[in-house]
This record gives sequence, C-alpha cells and structure tokens, in this order.
Amino acid sequence: MKIYVPRDAAARGLGADDVAAAILAEAAKRGIPVELVRNGSRGMVWLEPLVEVATDAGRLAFGPMTPADAPALFGDLAQHPKALGLTEALPWMAKQTRLTFARVGVIDPLSLADYEKHGGLAGLRRALTMDSAAIVAEVTESGLRGRGGAGFPTGIKWKTVAEAKADRKYIVCNADEGDSGTFADRMLMEGDPFTLIEGMAIAGIGTGATKGFVYLRSEYPDAIEVMTAAVEIARQSGLLGPSVLGSGKAFDMEIRTGAGAYVCGEETSLLNSLEGKRGIVRAKPPLPALQGFMGKPTVVNNVISLATIPVIFEKGAAFYKDFGLGRSRGTIPLQIAGNVKHGGLFEVAFGLTLGEIVDEIGGGTATGRPVKAVQVGGPLGAYFPRSLFDTPFGYEEFGAKEGLIGHAGLVVFDDSADMLKQARFAMEFCAIESCGKCTPCRIGAVRGVETVDRIAKGDTGAIPLLTDLCNTMKSGSLCALGGFTPYPVMSALTHFPDDFTPAMKEAAE
Amino acid sequence: MSQTSTEIAARVGEILDAHEGMEGSLLPILHAIQAAYGYVPRDALPIIAKRLNLTRAEVHGVMSFYHDFREDPAGRHVLKLCRAEACQAMGGDRVAQHAQNRLGIEWHETTKDGRITLEPVFCLGLCACAPAALVDGKVVGRVDEARLDAIIEGVR
Repeated sequence: MKIYVPRDAAARGLGADDVAAAILAEAAKRGIPVELVRNGSRGMVWLEPLVEVATDAGRLAFGPMTPADAPALFGDLAQHPKALGLTEALPWMAKQTRLTFARVGVIDPLSLADYEKHGGLAGLRRALTMDSAAIVAEVTESGLRGRGGAGFPTGIKWKTVAEAKADRKYIVCNADEGDSGTFADRMLMEGDPFTLIEGMAIAGIGTGATKGFVYLRSEYPDAIEVMTAAVEIARQSGLLGPSVLGSGKAFDMEIRTGAGAYVCGEETSLLNSLEGKRGIVRAKPPLPALQGFMGKPTVVNNVISLATIPVIFEKGAAFYKDFGLGRSRGTIPLQIAGNVKHGGLFEVAFGLTLGEIVDEIGGGTATGRPVKAVQVGGPLGAYFPRSLFDTPFGYEEFGAKEGLIGHAGLVVFDDSADMLKQARFAMEFCAIESCGKCTPCRIGAVRGVETVDRIAKGDTGAIPLLTDLCNTMKSGSLCALGGFTPYPVMSALTHFPDDFTPAMKEAAE
Repeated sequence: MSQTSTEIAARVGEILDAHEGMEGSLLPILHAIQAAYGYVPRDALPIIAKRLNLTRAEVHGVMSFYHDFREDPAGRHVLKLCRAEACQAMGGDRVAQHAQNRLGIEWHETTKDGRITLEPVFCLGLCACAPAALVDGKVVGRVDEARLDAIIEGVR
C-alpha cells in the first residue's frame, strides 16, 4: 500500500507528522506493509493534512486528516469519513494550469528517480545541447518576467550576465520570501527541490556561471532541510559538480541561510548579506548583472523564476508564452491567504480577475463575513477594495490601479479590518525593517507611524501631511522597501477614507 | 559549568576552521556559533574579527543588523509568533496579546523562570493557515488562544 502524507511546513503545522505516525502504527498493528511517501503539498491548505492513497484508478485524497482518521484508511476507502475522491478531479486541481508546480505534491521531493520519471532533467538535457546565446534567447522568447515582484524580463538579465566578461560569474537564487501572504517559494523548495536546482544549472550554463547560491530565509527550517538534502543528492548523482550530467560543464551550488532581515529580499541587500556584510541596500548602477556577488557578474532571480526555467526548456518557449495576457506571459502561482475559506496555492495563466480569485477560487472569507479588502503583493502591496475586483491579474493591469502583483500573494481581510491600523502597520514594519541607508525610508517610516497616530486621534489635518510624506518616500527611497510602503498606506487612505475620519469611524461602530 | 574564554576560543576556532575558504562566510559562522551556544558570546567577536581580517566593530555591526542573532542566551524554549498581515487578518494580534498576558512578558523578553522567550516574526509562510507560530523551530498553524495555551503548557 502506497500512502502520501505531505512533509510541507503548512501540513506539518496542521499535524501531518502525527497523522503519518498514526498511519504507520496502524499498519504495523495490522501487519500491512506500507510505503509512506512524504510528498509536497497539493496546495489545498484548508484540507491539510491531505493524505493520498495510491489506487489503480489514481490517487485518492482524504482530508483534513487527524490521527483518529488513520485506521479507516485500511478499511473500505469509499466509506472513509474524510474521503474526497480522486485528487486530480478535485475542482481546485482541475481548474489549474500547473507548469512550475507540476510535480509539487505529486512526487517524493528527494527522489531524483521520481523527478526524472515526471519530466525532470529533460529541460537541462536540452539546454546542454544549446550554446549560450540560444539558451538566453529561449528564455527571452518565453516572455518570463521576474516572479519575485519586479517583473523584469529574465532573458534580458541573463543576456547581460552572459555577455559580461569576467573570471567568475554567479547565479544567486533569491529565496528570501519575506512577504506576508506568500509561500510559493517555500512550497516549491519543500515539494520539488530538484526543479530549482535544474533551473539554476541551466542559468549557470547559459550565462557561464559556475557557482550558485540559494539565499534561503531562516524562517523556513523545513525548506532549508529539504534543499540541503537535495543539493547533496544532486552532487552525488552528477547533476551538480565539475561535469553537469557528464557534459564537461561545471556548476555547483550552496544553500545559505538568511538571518531574519526582511530587506535582504531586495537583491542588492541580499548580495551584501551573502558576502557576510550588513544587509544594506546598494545604489544602482552598477547593476548586479555586471557587478553583483563579490563584484562579479551575477544573475539574481527569484525561486519561481528559476524553477520555471526547466519547463520552458522541456516544452519550449512558445508553449510557455501561449499562456497569459498582455505582457504577462505564462502562469503565475497565486497564493491565496489570510481570512479566506479556501486558502492555498493555485497556479494559473495570468488574466483572472481579482474577484474571480477571491470570491470563486478562495470562496470568500473564512469567517463568513464580507470581504473588505485584499492586500496583493505582500506588505508593500496595495489594499484593493471590492470596487476594484474587476482588475485582471497582470503586472501592468495592477500597476494601472496603483498597485502591484509582487510575488502574487493575496491576503484577504473581512469587514472587521481597520484600514487605519493596517496603514499604521505598513509604516511600523518599514521602520523596523529599514536598512537605514536612505533617509526617506529610515526617518520617513518613523514619521509615518506618528502621523497615522495623529490621524487616529482625530487630527484630520495630518492627512495631507501623510500623503506628502508618502510622495517623498515613493520618489526618494533607494529601494522598494521605502519606495513601496506608500502603496498599502495610500491605498488604505484612498479606498477606505471612512476609517481615517473619527466621526465616520464612531458612526460605523 | 561556566564557559571560559579559553573554551570559547577553542570552539569558535574549530567553527572558523570549518568555514575556511568559504566565500562570504560571516553569516554562516555566526549561525554556527549560535547553534553551538544558543547565542553569540561577546568573547567570540574578536576571534572572528581577527580570522576574517575585520574590525571587531564590523563583526558587531553585522551581528546587530540581523534579528536572528542573540547577544544573550534565550529561555529554554523560544516561541515565535507571526505578526504579519495574513496572521493579522485571522486574529494574530489578539493571540499575541493573549500570549503576552499569559506569560507576563513583552516581545523579546523571557519569563522569570527562564522557560520561554517570546519573539515576533514576520511571516513563516503559513499564511493560508494563519495565525502561525514557530515553537523551538517547529511550525504550528491555526494558533488560537486554546492552541497557544496548549503550546505553553507543552514546553517545560
């Protein structure tokens, strides 16, 4: 009997380890041999721990499981109280286009054989037959843009590094996924680590870099464990090392752990941190593509950008480019979180409206109250009211509404949310996490908290001051931390003015 | 047994040896020292500085920049509660307040008996099963008041 119990952090946080132990204990009691696979998560977090049993008809899903539900897995499966039917046929799964996440939740994350059986390494094998220019051209042609949030065309970045002359070049994977509401990087690294390794190897071969780093945040202990083990396996199997898959081309990598600084998700600050320095933002230029890690040409890409590379090389740039809308090509792993009924990861082509995502896929709030606001793109993303629910999910489309898609995390709030409090938090967070290099961010965030507090006390005259301060931070900050903190603040103020007016607030209460 | 500076010199020396030749090794070194001691002893800083050809101020500057590194030992258990937006949307602030009341401490403080240190954390990536906590490095999702009480009772 083959049973899958996710080892994903969200599943573990909801008791997957206890469920796994209960299944093994019951199997031992009954003398039934069980092959227990600790897979990644299918992304339906409200059903975690989601256990699957392999049958001739396909994998059957059961969830949310508790240890008490384990014994019934050895009886009539159709009668199991937590039976959900075939996993692939569940509406959440059937409506997705899983390209980057095709293997997550399906395979044993640390089985290279399983990985290859499901299409793994096909992209790298193809890339090894191509020259540098062709590899870079393929990425450019796919239309892939940086999934970390900035949306910069990945192919252009690679081209700059490929054409730079240097004795050493580096591939740096930004796995410092600090945005609240995002967990795609974590799920991918825990559920399909070889995809990221393969993507980084292709990046290395395409740009002439022989060394890679994954800068992985310390808040993700499970992802660190899986990635570290996967790199070791990859090295032993010749996927990494002096001759990648016997090609004679070298590429190796290291997993590095962050130390709890949000700003290190910003690429130049990340590079300083990786060099062993304070995570202070660097002024650009020089671009990291020309002078990055240790002053050498460096590709800095997000986990999802790099993990999407293998499927682009396996199926071709044209295949990937066919999905999406406008200048947002391919698929995006939406992360639906916060106060939502059906939260989790949903990979789909760009173009769904915010309303479809929140109301239809997410099923509204967990509390059952009306949705008041959705923060899209992490702590630096704007709060969207219901009146903007017709906005299609794409880089330019969200930009046109004074927002951003960021790393595609969506945090849903019900009508009990106080948007003045959320605006205050945005400033408070910026003040805590500011690296301190530029004044608009370092001082502006502190003054921002004070100004919001004045408004909260009824001083409506401070509202223009807050607007002015936001303008200064937006145009005067060195990086996105100070530059984008105005997004949540101004969107809260613009779309929910009643929360900033004491009289209106009292009337509402 | 008190940790003498000679003991620290020897152990930190071994950690430095293990990181010899590594590019940008300071963060991995600080992590390794904290893993060994539970914090970064002050006596370790000049030893690291000397080996990496940095000033002691530079090493201190790096260490103090990052939230993770401690100058002093934590309690026997470390409870981290997520304070970020997804957890706020699910009552994270209320649960955090409950934790502070229950333990009688503020953020970054340790209970008088040295049992629990309470730390804020900004996002554990458990945003679809918020509020989230990290208890001695183990993740816990959907932490309400009852679950928090059970966590506090569960660690001694």
